[in-house]
Amino acid sequence: MNGNFTIPKFKLPDFVASLGHKLPQWPHALVLVGALNAALKMKLLPESELAMLEDKLFRVRVLDTGGEASYTYRSGLFRPVFRPEREPDLAFAANLSAFLQLLARQEDPDTLFFNRELEITGDTELGLIVKNMLDAVEWPKLPRLPLASS
Amino acid sequence: MSSLPDLVCPAGSLPALKAAVDNGADTVYLGYKNDTNARNFAGLNFDAKTMAEGIRYAHAKGREVLMAINTFPQAGRTADWHAAVDGAVDQGVDAIILADIGLLDYATRKHPQQRLHLSVQGSATSYEAINFCQREFGIRRAVLPRVLTLAQVEHVIKNTTVEIEVFGFGSLCVMNEGRCWLSSYACGESPNTVGACSPAKYVKWDKKPGTMETRLNGILIDRFGDDEPAGYPTLCKGRFEVQGETYYALEEPTSLNVLELLPDIIKIGVRAIKVEGRQRSPTYVAQVTRTLRAALDAARDSAERFHVKPAWQAELAKVSEGSQATLGAYNRPWR
Repeated sequence: MNGNFTIPKFKLPDFVASLGHKLPQWPHALVLVGALNAALKMKLLPESELAMLEDKLFRVRVLDTGGEASYTYRSGLFRPVFRPEREPDLAFAANLSAFLQLLARQEDPDTLFFNRELEITGDTELGLIVKNMLDAVEWPKLPRLPLASS
Repeated sequence: MSSLPDLVCPAGSLPALKAAVDNGADTVYLGYKNDTNARNFAGLNFDAKTMAEGIRYAHAKGREVLMAINTFPQAGRTADWHAAVDGAVDQGVDAIILADIGLLDYATRKHPQQRLHLSVQGSATSYEAINFCQREFGIRRAVLPRVLTLAQVEHVIKNTTVEIEVFGFGSLCVMNEGRCWLSSYACGESPNTVGACSPAKYVKWDKKPGTMETRLNGILIDRFGDDEPAGYPTLCKGRFEVQGETYYALEEPTSLNVLELLPDIIKIGVRAIKVEGRQRSPTYVAQVTRTLRAALDAARDSAERFHVKPAWQAELAKVSEGSQATLGAYNRPWR
């Protein structure tokens, strides 16, 4: 990734979230689950930690887009849950910019949590397992896009 | 002028280790995925395979690797700690950081060639204690607890030939290192026994409209307004009612940051500066290592003209617990 490119902290205008709430939520869940399963296929996620995620219900909520995705991990695959029938075991909520900063490894989750930009509720130990599992992943180096070069 | 202290950075995972090495750490420290080290958190740390890879990576770039085995062997399970020491020697780490006197004795008898450091958890604040460990166990370096003033650190250095390592950046706690039982008081488990302070399974973040409550094994530790920075859920950083007033009665959620004191720290002959945070992500390790590397290099180039750049402070302030930093005990007028 281009070292000069940084994701700024931003918040989308409120009307985006009010629109987002009215849109179907299943596309978010499919994209997220697709990405997680791709990571599984590449054997990026350690099996000892994956076993601890079995049958847990997760929810990711993007506050300023109004988007929400629930999913679970069962029998070796992440699966979307379109109509969750119970409270999630673990829930993350943040604005889009915070999630992007996390994914790009530009900010540390504890930093965002201390600064109240990332909300983690539910089973705290499960949250730590997920956080540490993602931290331990060695993401393959992405080819540098001509678009991002300066 | 004294030589530049080594920058010793934390690694809770292989990407964190690489981030430390790539951003200018002279040394990284790490631990096994078990209770032989004081950051025994779910999903964190190294197994034998990732450790071997990490050591290879650091050594290929001429950096050192230290292994923390800094908890106290529990009754009936001494063999687990002995195995950790033997494993560290087999892996070829540059030094083992130990806190327990029994374990220091084991390590020095079984592996007389292995370099040993006295952990901050060993709680040695005087040169007498440090020299005792040198005489009995041949320790080569001691990590000082974060309770001494700079003048006291200098006094220790002048009276020992053991290398002295001090903390330079990271979360502060009540700093009764190796002797703190606050976490055990709340949940029966502490760094000394299970390798974790306030283990996550006892922590509950309770979000309510306008506030967030933190509970440790059911005990209310703190309540934050939506705009208030949060801290780690430990008893020492809780707000409690004392004689009718509710405040941080033991310690505020805060981070140590010694940038301002770097020229003094170098001048008095500190051998290594340690960064706290094996529980943090590779991003934090990269940010803090890069900043301290730049500051140390600037202090080496010109101690007289050294000044703390606002950009360094901003970067460190951002990642601080409670979003505030302090010089800690180093510049306290009282002792």
